[in-house]
Amino acid sequence: MMETAFTPFASLAGGALIGLAAVLLMLGLGRIFGATGILSGFVFAEGREEVSWRAALILGMVLVPGLMFLVTGRWPRIDVPVSPAMIVIGGIVVGFGASLGSGCTSGHGVCGLSRLSRRSIVAVPVFIGTAAITVFIIRHMMGG
Amino acid sequence: MRLLFAVLTGMVFGAGITLSGMINPAKVLNFLDIAGTWDPSLIFVMGGAVVVTFVGYRAVWRRSAPLFSARFQVPTSTVIDGRLLGGSALFGIGWGIAGFCPGAAIPALGTGRWEVILFLGAVGVGLGLARLAKGLPLWPRRAET
Repeated sequence: MMETAFTPFASLAGGALIGLAAVLLMLGLGRIFGATGILSGFVFAEGREEVSWRAALILGMVLVPGLMFLVTGRWPRIDVPVSPAMIVIGGIVVGFGASLGSGCTSGHGVCGLSRLSRRSIVAVPVFIGTAAITVFIIRHMMGG
Repeated sequence: MRLLFAVLTGMVFGAGITLSGMINPAKVLNFLDIAGTWDPSLIFVMGGAVVVTFVGYRAVWRRSAPLFSARFQVPTSTVIDGRLLGGSALFGIGWGIAGFCPGAAIPALGTGRWEVILFLGAVGVGLGLARLAKGLPLWPRRAET
């Protein structure tokens, strides 16, 4: 467990940029910005047309830390306070759950809530709730 | 043009994830740890994103079509079923275990950190397993959103 600084202004500005990206994708390609769907489509979609725009989005995302390093001389701060086994188990469950539930933090959380989608309004409190319970169990009951 | 637009859109998203702190699993896990080292920053990320998207989507939908595509493709399902609830519940559990979600991990991949590569590889396995599970007759077939 480690403290992290409360950053309301940077987080609000970053959130606004995430929203701007969602709006741009709707404006340009008419699609929902769901990271899991983009990843899944990139890996599994059929047809060059369906894969290419997802590959381009992923490329743009992946370029950011390197560009940040070129401009500021610093890499984004990433602290991973969990074990490799937890990364693997968490990753598999995230991929499976997001696919089954048709969305993740960006798809349901940003795009779905903004569309006032009934499914997303249900999904978001469910996954934030189970995530918070999971963290509580790991950190406060198992002493992780 | 279409692909260049997509690259730039991805960069805006990645910049948002980086600036907001979502890229850092320690910060995400602290947001989820209300009883411990709570960091409420992510409420501001979500708030900022939803306000901009809510307003922006409505402005965009005044158009008859997107710039580089024939039509808007927005999910239309309103069904609250076991797949939605179970899938979302599982997603949250995995998110709470690892601290990463796909939207944060894809930009983080640009750092080349092994933890991110490991996480996204595992997500790929989970996506593949879900595709297999959806092919089983357990679930009624319906359009993906």
